[in-house]
Amino acid sequence: MPVPPAPSWGLQPPSQAAALQPLSHRPQALPETGALLPRGLGRSYGDVCLNDGGTLIATQGMDRLCQFDPESGILEAEAGISFDAILRFALPRGFFLPVSPGTRYVTLGGAIANDVHGKNHHRAGCLGRHILSLDLLRSDGRIYRCSRTEQAQLFRATLAGLGLTGLILRARIRLRKIQSPRIIEDRVPMRNLAHFLELSDAADESHEYHVAWVDGLAKGEEIGRGLFMRGNHEEEQQPLRYDPPRSLSIPMYAPGFLLNPLTVKAFNSLYAARGKKALIRHPSSLFPFFYPLDAVGNWNRLYGRRGFFQYQCVLPRENDAASMRALLDRIGRSGEASFLAVLKTFGSLPPEGLLSFPRAGLTLALDFPNRGESTRALFRDLDHIVRDAGGRLYPAKDACMSAEDFQRSYPALDHFRTLIDPAFTSDFWRRMHSEKAI
Amino acid sequence: MSSPVLIIGASSAMAEHCARAFAEEGRSLLLAGRDSTKLESIASDLRLRGAARVQVLPPFDGADAESIPPMLETALKEQPRDVLIAHGILPDNEACEQDSEAFLRSLDINFRSVLQICQILQHQLPAGGCLAVISSVAGLRGRQSNYVYGAAKGGLLTYLQGLRNRLQPQGIRVLSLLPGFVDTPMTADITKGPLFISAEKAGSLIHRAMKGTRDVVYIPFFWRYILWVIRCIPEALFKRLSL
Repeated sequence: MPVPPAPSWGLQPPSQAAALQPLSHRPQALPETGALLPRGLGRSYGDVCLNDGGTLIATQGMDRLCQFDPESGILEAEAGISFDAILRFALPRGFFLPVSPGTRYVTLGGAIANDVHGKNHHRAGCLGRHILSLDLLRSDGRIYRCSRTEQAQLFRATLAGLGLTGLILRARIRLRKIQSPRIIEDRVPMRNLAHFLELSDAADESHEYHVAWVDGLAKGEEIGRGLFMRGNHEEEQQPLRYDPPRSLSIPMYAPGFLLNPLTVKAFNSLYAARGKKALIRHPSSLFPFFYPLDAVGNWNRLYGRRGFFQYQCVLPRENDAASMRALLDRIGRSGEASFLAVLKTFGSLPPEGLLSFPRAGLTLALDFPNRGESTRALFRDLDHIVRDAGGRLYPAKDACMSAEDFQRSYPALDHFRTLIDPAFTSDFWRRMHSEKAI
Repeated sequence: MSSPVLIIGASSAMAEHCARAFAEEGRSLLLAGRDSTKLESIASDLRLRGAARVQVLPPFDGADAESIPPMLETALKEQPRDVLIAHGILPDNEACEQDSEAFLRSLDINFRSVLQICQILQHQLPAGGCLAVISSVAGLRGRQSNYVYGAAKGGLLTYLQGLRNRLQPQGIRVLSLLPGFVDTPMTADITKGPLFISAEKAGSLIHRAMKGTRDVVYIPFFWRYILWVIRCIPEALFKRLSL
């Protein structure tokens, strides 16, 4: 039977699973075909959600709520539930996600498997810290209840485990209590990288959430120019509702020429103009604050059929500022259009997953349209800077990292290998091993 | 206070999403299906979402006529006002051409069992009640690739027309639901085109239709026009097409 193609969010490279096993209920046993990979909403950019020639286990139908304690805010739900669906349930009851990535269209299982982070990393750390336990179905047919006290090794491997340790069936997550569905937001224009560091250090103390948008085309003294955004939950009691703005959707692939340096420059200037004047203590719905891009469904199609890459790295605290300047300088000089550049300081809370990406330091995430060799050449230069700084890349976003860099920058990898499920694999995992011989 | 909604085939993706919409309104729900374990996990989900009460009915199987009356008997004790019949399978048309058992089984599930249920319910629903049945746009014109499924769904539409006519004086609304392509486990092997909608969307459209006043509702609306065009094609031409 032909399997519908299911690309990753970056829309490249082409990869075709041989079989798709949709789950709407907990299966008695996993498919016996081997080469399995769970797949949620397919929002990871590169190839961690792809399984060429293997079987994808589609978890979207496994999306039920199991238990909720309104006192503690602990929710148990099946792994295929989306963050959007959790919000729909939790907001009217006065709770919010403890950690939110930039989109609410990810599944709980996928968010755990990538140990996602958000604008509150400096306070809350990664999502994994708020997961109390999870049930993992492995190819030996057993269901493992994993937590910090039971199967602790497997628990740590499954957080950020890229879906390779088995199928997460359900998880218990501790939600955050809120009084209001609004965020009191500030937007402050920033002049350059030094200004960013100043604002970011101050916001660590004063704000639960902060992130910066950076103009990826700025050069020289202006490197790091952009908009700094910080916010706190409103503390006054307000009516609690789930009220996302209506979204539009990109119905088809844009022609490749649509996204060129000029249009991106225009877009970036518009965005910068919006931030010319500081906006202080502005009450905002949490949807545009946390999920600005969710207002445009399938925005990835704007990059056309060749798709795009997202490059996200973290530079450790010791030498982050100088290396970040070098990165932004190289990117600015390349002129490779980059719609969205996000800059954020990670806090020092250690992540628990063996392969968790964040560490104390600076993280930068940018989109690059896929221009083939010129894009890859740029990435090689960026990789070099990241390597020298002792930083690393985020597998959830990655499609280009070398196996060597992965091996070097994730020291717990050897330990992780002993805990994966032998029947599970992914395009990413194969890529990280195929180049080894070279 | 509110009389419950009876959902038959409650573990179907569309029905489950429709049930969630009713649960969020605080309605009570009665769930019927083949697998009680599945239904129990759906029931706890619906309770958390706000359903006043959720009861799982004795299991029934559309292929087993004898399993239907006990299920309905338990359901009717709770005096449901609104009913959604959603169970069904998408049989492999080619397999049905070879295997008469598979063929008859699909008719039992998609056609006979639904009529059997409606025959009982028509005497039991109160005025103001709604009997909604999921048919399919496939029932509006037979095609070589799925005429077995289409025949059952088409027969269903004719039956529902008559029943609607019959129950009109009693103030019971019979609602024919005509989904097009919906992304559910039933259609997992089909490449998803732009005409596909999610099961969640379909469920919420069904919920809205059940609360409305119309008799025939396409899920979503544009299938009405697509089918109008398809039904305009003369049979002499249509028989040569491979749609």
